[in-house]
Amino acid sequence: MEVTQLENQANEMRKDIIRMVAEAGSGHPGGSLSCIDIMTALYFGGVMNHDPEDPKKEDRDRFVLSKGHAAPALYATLANAGYFPKEELLTLRKLGSRLQGHPDSNLLPGVEVGTGSLGQGLSICAGMAAGLRLHGSNAHVFTIMGDGEIEEGQVWEAATFAAHQELGNLIAVLDYNGLQIDGDITKVCQTDDVAAKFAAFGWDVRAVDGHDIAALIEVLTACKDDEAAKPHIIIASTVKGKGVSFMEGQAGWHGKAPNAQQAADALAELEERA
Amino acid sequence: MIAFATEEQAQEKKATRAALGVTLAALADEGMDIVAVDADLSGSTTLGKFGAAKPEYAERLFNVGIAEQNMIDVAAGLALTGSIAFTGSFAVFGIGRAYDQIRNTVAYSKLNVKLTPTHAGISVGPDGGSHQMLEDLSLTQAIPGITILVPADYSAAEAAVRLAAETEGPVYVRLGRASVPTLYAPGVELEVGKAYVIREGSDATIVACGVEVNEALKAADLLAAEGISAEVIDCFSVKPLDAETILGSVSKTGCCVVAEEHSIYGGLGSAVSTLLSENHPVPVSLVGMRDKFGKSGEFEELLSYFHLDAASIVEAVKAAVSRK
Repeated sequence: MEVTQLENQANEMRKDIIRMVAEAGSGHPGGSLSCIDIMTALYFGGVMNHDPEDPKKEDRDRFVLSKGHAAPALYATLANAGYFPKEELLTLRKLGSRLQGHPDSNLLPGVEVGTGSLGQGLSICAGMAAGLRLHGSNAHVFTIMGDGEIEEGQVWEAATFAAHQELGNLIAVLDYNGLQIDGDITKVCQTDDVAAKFAAFGWDVRAVDGHDIAALIEVLTACKDDEAAKPHIIIASTVKGKGVSFMEGQAGWHGKAPNAQQAADALAELEERA
Repeated sequence: MIAFATEEQAQEKKATRAALGVTLAALADEGMDIVAVDADLSGSTTLGKFGAAKPEYAERLFNVGIAEQNMIDVAAGLALTGSIAFTGSFAVFGIGRAYDQIRNTVAYSKLNVKLTPTHAGISVGPDGGSHQMLEDLSLTQAIPGITILVPADYSAAEAAVRLAAETEGPVYVRLGRASVPTLYAPGVELEVGKAYVIREGSDATIVACGVEVNEALKAADLLAAEGISAEVIDCFSVKPLDAETILGSVSKTGCCVVAEEHSIYGGLGSAVSTLLSENHPVPVSLVGMRDKFGKSGEFEELLSYFHLDAASIVEAVKAAVSRK
């Protein structure tokens, strides 16, 4: 896919996110919009080896959405990639839906493991990466974490383990939008130098504009091709609510659904961007 | 028919934890895709014996250091690549500290992870209350879909570890540090969902698990001397509970004592009380920890101090019988 096509694909998925969350009346639009370009690069940009027709194929690359509250972004991606019918997107968070508020691997093809309790994805991915290596697989494991999420201590347990085990087949992307529910991450409880922290833990650290799909594909592919025995983290600078001007940079849109008028305004704005 | 230990075998006292590492090595020898993850306690849990059994098993034993939450989720990831993933540490940490990882990752996604921490209950002894895990059955029992096995001796522990590997999905095997007499024959075949009548009686049913099974047998001897005939059930499978065996026994005896080295809140006592109150209400007396933390002391001393010993079971049986 050409970059403009990928950008249009991402824009379509932004519209899906708005429609889903508005229809559900609850959910997390801000962090879904901030990571959707990363999802586009992974699933549509030729980075991941995956097959919607055969979601469990042996040699597939694995993806875990560690920041499980961005489920709308995952669902929009999987539906657009062909894992399940797009019509199902509007059932998000409704009784009987396969699209639970946070991803449920028992229900939906393409979801490797349930997430939602923050700070666990990196450990799970480290286990998967170690398991794939043990079983002689060349597959890679990808995850997206939130920047607020790395306040969970378990993330650093996983960071230690992954470096100790030299898991070069593990590629984490940090959706660094700078905001968590209670506000600016540096005001809630963080110091700012995430790159230095991961470097000190023995990781290969890279930075990218998390809304530049071409650059994302380039850095993700470079990590995949890197033979060095270090786990990778890509710090993706993003904007919470990206693409919908009244949501951009607003912590208040972390976990709030737009009303009908706001959804219409958001969709109109995204339509213009196409 | 369940095979019991010979008199000679019964003299041999072994800790249930000792069955863990060697049984995993045996299962791997049989071709099962076994991996294990421990948190700096691989000597105590005996998972180190699995890693040391063959050179190629060393890379199947992962040490995450002192990081129990990571231990459970690394095991989850390993299970997602097709392995049967066992976990270590002590029960207080491997279950208690990692509760959210067990609930939201292992159980929620129905992963093939086996919770096999050791040193559960007061049998940890001198380490004291901080290390004496008495709420593990409550925590695991409340989570949907976890199979819970509590072996009473070394032979049952071997069977439990084997069953854990053979049973798809999350399994908790409660293992202890204290050496306990051997009840069953080596290689005994036990089943998930089964409790075993190990001594027949007519006046009262004693349902016990783990180290309390031995205390219950001693209590039955003491009661017999006083003319009270107690039936003893080893509740090897706490979840699923063997309703048929327990209800069958209680229908006959008309009262029930439940004995566990665990809190009375949410453990075996709660499970059996729920079963009986819904299906066959009879007088029930519980032997277990009553809203207390443990203390430092030797295991045998603590059994008596916390009223978990045979004498306490005798009193509980008399109380239950008197209320019939």
